[in-house]
Amino acid sequence: MWQRILALIQKEFLALLKDPKSRVVLIVPPLVQLLVFGYAASFDLKEIPYAVYDEDHGGAARTLLGHFQGAPSFHQVATLAGEAEIAPLVDTRTVLVVIHLGPRFGADLAAGRSAPVQVIVDGRNSNTAMIALNYVRSVVDRFNEDWIAGHGLTGPPARLATRAWFNPNLESRWFFIPGIVGMLTLVVTMLVTALTVAREREQGTFDQLLVTPLRMAEILIGKTVPGFVIGIAQATLILLVATLWFRVPMLGSLAAFYAGLALFLLSGVGAGLLISALSATQQQGLLGAFLFMVPAVILSGFATPIANMPPAVQFLTLFDPLRYFLVILRKVFLEGAGFAVLVDQFWPMALLGLVSLSLAAWLFRHRMY
Amino acid sequence: MSRPGGAARGGAGMRLRGLTRKEFLQIVRDPSSIAIAFLMPIFLLVLFGYGVSLDAEHVPVAVVVEAPSPDSADFVAALRGSSSFSPRDMAGMAEAERALLLGEVRGIIRLRADFARRLRRPDGAAIQVIVDGVDANTARLVLGYAEGAWGTWLAARAAASGQTLTRPADLQARIWFNSELKSRNYLVPGLVAIIMTLIGALLTALVMAREWERGTMEALMVTPASMTEVLLGKLAAYFTLGTGGMLLTVGLAVWLFEVPLRGSFWLLWGCSSLFLLASLGMGLTISTLARSQFVAGEIAIIATFLPAFLLSGFIFDIGSMPPVVQAITHVVVARYFVAIVQTLFLAGDVWSVILPNAAALAVMAAIFLAITWKKSRKRLD
Repeated sequence: MWQRILALIQKEFLALLKDPKSRVVLIVPPLVQLLVFGYAASFDLKEIPYAVYDEDHGGAARTLLGHFQGAPSFHQVATLAGEAEIAPLVDTRTVLVVIHLGPRFGADLAAGRSAPVQVIVDGRNSNTAMIALNYVRSVVDRFNEDWIAGHGLTGPPARLATRAWFNPNLESRWFFIPGIVGMLTLVVTMLVTALTVAREREQGTFDQLLVTPLRMAEILIGKTVPGFVIGIAQATLILLVATLWFRVPMLGSLAAFYAGLALFLLSGVGAGLLISALSATQQQGLLGAFLFMVPAVILSGFATPIANMPPAVQFLTLFDPLRYFLVILRKVFLEGAGFAVLVDQFWPMALLGLVSLSLAAWLFRHRMY
Repeated sequence: MSRPGGAARGGAGMRLRGLTRKEFLQIVRDPSSIAIAFLMPIFLLVLFGYGVSLDAEHVPVAVVVEAPSPDSADFVAALRGSSSFSPRDMAGMAEAERALLLGEVRGIIRLRADFARRLRRPDGAAIQVIVDGVDANTARLVLGYAEGAWGTWLAARAAASGQTLTRPADLQARIWFNSELKSRNYLVPGLVAIIMTLIGALLTALVMAREWERGTMEALMVTPASMTEVLLGKLAAYFTLGTGGMLLTVGLAVWLFEVPLRGSFWLLWGCSSLFLLASLGMGLTISTLARSQFVAGEIAIIATFLPAFLLSGFIFDIGSMPPVVQAITHVVVARYFVAIVQTLFLAGDVWSVILPNAAALAVMAAIFLAITWKKSRKRLD
């Protein structure tokens, strides 16, 4: 029996790796994508382009604007002479932020009144707008502190002392790179599994496979192992790049990482084979792969937190293996979690994997064309 | 490549019609193409339109008050008054820290035992705010909310006691185009672009490879139809299908999700057509270069979704990426369309945004179609 399975596994590997184009596609793009996405995926803004419309020209205004010029996250691109110049700059996305100081800014401050700082933000990308606004706020807060200290005013009776655990500088790259590791692993399993059965169906070789002495379980193992092995190998490469190149801290245990990876691959390969078993043609397999992969990524909590989703959609995320794997990755990488904390993430993936693999095996035999 | 001569030219229109009809028949016979064009947009847009949001409301935070006093009660009331937070009282730091580690709360707000006493001292009291930094974006949001609640509390306190001002420069923000900062208003137009990328590339990624693999390409070669006509026939059929999908997606965005369409519909149509040509062209290029459906499918999975999702400016700001990565985003077709769609929906007909991006789409479409055309000669190899 083992001989038969080994022969089948060998055949599956050949089918994947014999075509040089397929070989290249399996190995190169995931690594290149990790490098590119790793740099792209960040909510931290750099060099926010802004324009200044200063009607005051006084010393206080200059001090405030100096705070912006000194901030590394801001980059001044224009100085405006009139209100009419604001709209064209914002409309064309030349600037993200416009800072407007009215003619009475310095006079108000000198008289001990609150002086308004009007800020206009391009809200087309509401997330970027909100982050930019937070950056502006912290610059203005710093100006206020200096002003209060420099003019002998009494400061606020209480101040906030903030601290971020696990990621003191709030670098969002640390949050995203573990997520990218998970997404790319999912993509690789889809690549290996989603089209295999469909291709054999289309070419008629699957019927031949069914009339061999191979049992259903053996065919299933033969189809599962390549996805599993390639997934482990790719994920290991990706893990190395993430820790050695991007220097994301890997605080937790490797054993917990690989246990999570194995279960994730089980459920991912299961989903891929299920899609493939349902498809009569490779076109259908491709459609199925996307109908699974796109929601799996978007509902995984990669960029948008699951807690923000409506309850019905949160329920749907329970069927998304990537959701559990992302929690494992982030906890293992950044929080140094071990097995005990992750049990709740392990068993749903195991369950999803077992159910989808059994369904796929059943469909091998029962969906005929 | 059609042979010169009156007969060949006279039949060109008829041949093209015939080829287009053949493609339509193939589309109808394997319903997966129709599913790609119509089912997928509905499914994805409804799922994401309702499911995806960056707006956090009622973020659970732990509140630890070590020595209750009228002052601390006052501050906690300010926290409760904000819809951004859903505060949970915790007996001590140990309990709060456990809740933070388990992910039950996103942050801890702690008022120490000496809070009330230090409030009346010149250097003031400290309100400790601890956030879980793993999700940096949510952490920053929580910090922002905490600052907001703190500011409201300070202002109320100052007003009540007639104190001097605590905020010399007062920030007044105005958000253009999306005054409530609803993330759906920016996510849905972006999704339109992502979904269209998938539709365009998926529709055509396998079609050329399929003809080669099944040997029907050779059958087409012996007909008088030129390769250009074969390509045009495919393009016409899938362009029609893709336009249907596009109208459906835009319709859903406007009527179901009530995203304002401030620009002109016809301009959107025109830009979408250019974009559709570019992404269909990308699919055809993949298909022609791969020659086998399996490899074409692999490339389509790798090259379409994740780049469009991460490198188009849909989620992550392109201007903040390192220059090399910014350069790479220029080959992602979706990037140009995301810029156009976000502007057309939320800002209006801003020509200086639309023209350069539309021109880039036209160039990309031309490049992809040219590669396809060049690589699919009537040749057996």
